[in-house]
Amino acid sequence: MKSNILLAWRNLWRNKRRTLITVASVFFGVLLSTLMTSMQEGSYSSMIDNIVKFYSGYIQIQHEAYWDNKTINNTMTPTGELFELASSVREVTHTTTRLESFALASSETLTRGSLVIGIDPDKENKITELTKWVIDGTYFRPGDDGVLIGSELARYLKIEVGDTLVMIGAGYHGVSAAGKYPVRGILKFPNPELNKQTVYMELSNCQNFFSAENLVSSMIIMVDDQYDLKPAMKELKAQVKSPYTVMSWDEMHPELLQMVEGDRAGGTVIKAILYILIGFGIFGTVMMMVAERTREMGVMVAIGMQKIKLAGILFFETVFIGLIGVLAGFAGSIPLITWFYTNPVKLSGNVADTMIEMGLDPYMYFSWLPSVFYNQVITVFVMTAIVAIYPLFMAVRLKVHLALRA
Amino acid sequence: MSIIKINNLFKIYDGSQIEVKAVNGVDITFEEGEFTAIVGPSGSGKTTFLNLLGGLDRPTSGDVIVDNVNVWGLSGRKLIDFRLHNIGFVFQAYNLIPVLTAKENVEFIMELQGRSKQERFERTKSLLEAVGLGDRLDSRPNKLSGGQQQRVAVARALASKPKFILADEPTANLDSRSTETLLDIMETLNREENITFIFSTHDARVMNKARRIVTMEDGKILSDVHV
Ligand SMILES: Nc1ncnc2c1ncn2[C@@H]1O[C@H](COP(=O)(O)OP(=O)(O)O)[C@@H](O)[C@H]1O
Ligand SMILES: [Mg+2]
Repeated sequence: MKSNILLAWRNLWRNKRRTLITVASVFFGVLLSTLMTSMQEGSYSSMIDNIVKFYSGYIQIQHEAYWDNKTINNTMTPTGELFELASSVREVTHTTTRLESFALASSETLTRGSLVIGIDPDKENKITELTKWVIDGTYFRPGDDGVLIGSELARYLKIEVGDTLVMIGAGYHGVSAAGKYPVRGILKFPNPELNKQTVYMELSNCQNFFSAENLVSSMIIMVDDQYDLKPAMKELKAQVKSPYTVMSWDEMHPELLQMVEGDRAGGTVIKAILYILIGFGIFGTVMMMVAERTREMGVMVAIGMQKIKLAGILFFETVFIGLIGVLAGFAGSIPLITWFYTNPVKLSGNVADTMIEMGLDPYMYFSWLPSVFYNQVITVFVMTAIVAIYPLFMAVRLKVHLALRA
Repeated sequence: MSIIKINNLFKIYDGSQIEVKAVNGVDITFEEGEFTAIVGPSGSGKTTFLNLLGGLDRPTSGDVIVDNVNVWGLSGRKLIDFRLHNIGFVFQAYNLIPVLTAKENVEFIMELQGRSKQERFERTKSLLEAVGLGDRLDSRPNKLSGGQQQRVAVARALASKPKFILADEPTANLDSRSTETLLDIMETLNREENITFIFSTHDARVMNKARRIVTMEDGKILSDVHV
């Protein structure tokens, strides 16, 4: 075994230039693939992060009937146990609760349908940074009995900070709900739909309005990032029992998951093509390596080396090309990716403006996920193993007397 | 005692138009300690004959019995192992593994045999000294002359302690001085260590060193003389 590897290693450097060129192709392939994957994964996680931070959170606990039928009658009582459970999960950073339902919002003369959201002002702000959308007036103060309303809704109702909003609707189990609320602030979100319909209230105020004492629609649970999500979900899923249910962002935003997966598949195709080209390059080199050594291989088997051992040497030679290429590729990509990971690229121009308008940071993020790297190792290894079938085959099929005459 | 018995050996190549009877009915025995030259013009079947004898090329019919073992009754891994433990080979040229030094080339075959490091080390040194290359242990083949390479090949063939050594035109690529040196070494080994050599040649000077001369033509043995 040891001598096989030694022989393979020395054979590799018999034609230094050819080996280096082949290794270089693997190097560039790995460098490009890791950079590309890191960029893709970085953009996905920043996108997911932005979207979940905008409203849904990474995880929600709801009454099991709520997701399919979002009425106030499918709300739940957030028991102390539920809070304890959520905060006992190591990855969980924040939790809050919300009550959501529909109601009519009116000014003196105009009326419009609205989505009423009752929140815990402090906890909510830690998760969604709701304060950053306040363009006029102020955010809730503790025990506030006012409302924050979307900018378009305010414009339609011709209402300003300091005016009074009248709300009418159906509360828990059809009890009629009505109330008058001073407008504390105007919210302008990047999403025009939200601007047209949202009315935020302090949670207990909202529960009073809907006669939904102690009830909430959902409990929002945050973790640091996508990578903390898996273990957190696992633990929550194990512990949360009926009538409650746990959902993660990908269940709440299936379209987002689909988009990410579609894009990822596109990247995979590009990388596959790249690696297939490189694979053929390696194949060419290996073919030459075998062809020019036919006689030598004949001598080795003639004097008593088993063909399988010869095949092993050729296999190692092939795998070494891949291995050196991968290591060199990592030597190039790890510092680069580490740099970009800690110093995301700042975007400029139209793209940046659009992103800022959407409330996103105008940066291109890179990912340092282990899979960015080990996927390359697996790919290159599989590729070289496939290429190595050729020399294995040639070794096993070697006809000694013919090889000796070569 | 005969160590090789060959009965009614044939090797027929099916060419595209004509079949070639490269070895055409050979019966012969070789004794331990012989120093035999197989001679004959190019194309007379020397290489084919040695390949059949050495377990490298399968005969069309006939038997090769080495030490009571029917060589062609073996196949695959067993045949390769039989060669490893019983037969030493020296070919016309490019015998050595180019990426290994003289010492490593000799050690290589003993490593295949699974001999201990200690034994390998001592034997390699004494064998390379015996062929006059005690000072070239660490040279790679491309740093050795053709004659020196053939001497390393002889040392390697001996290293495995084979029952006999087959050498197919070992001097064909050598100048006359190297030819003489190589043959002197082979002859000394034969005389002093009783090593059995069977070598082919079409060089009269080489032939004249042999103590038994087997002449081939068209795949047949024309004459077999002890001198
Ligand atoms: N693989 C082969 N296929 C067909 N004919 C062959 C093959 N090998 C050798 N021959 C033929 O067999 C005959 C004997 O060749 P060879 O044994 O090489 O003779 P020598 O070694 O005496 O020169 C020649 O006619 C040669 O062309
Ligand atoms: Mg010949």
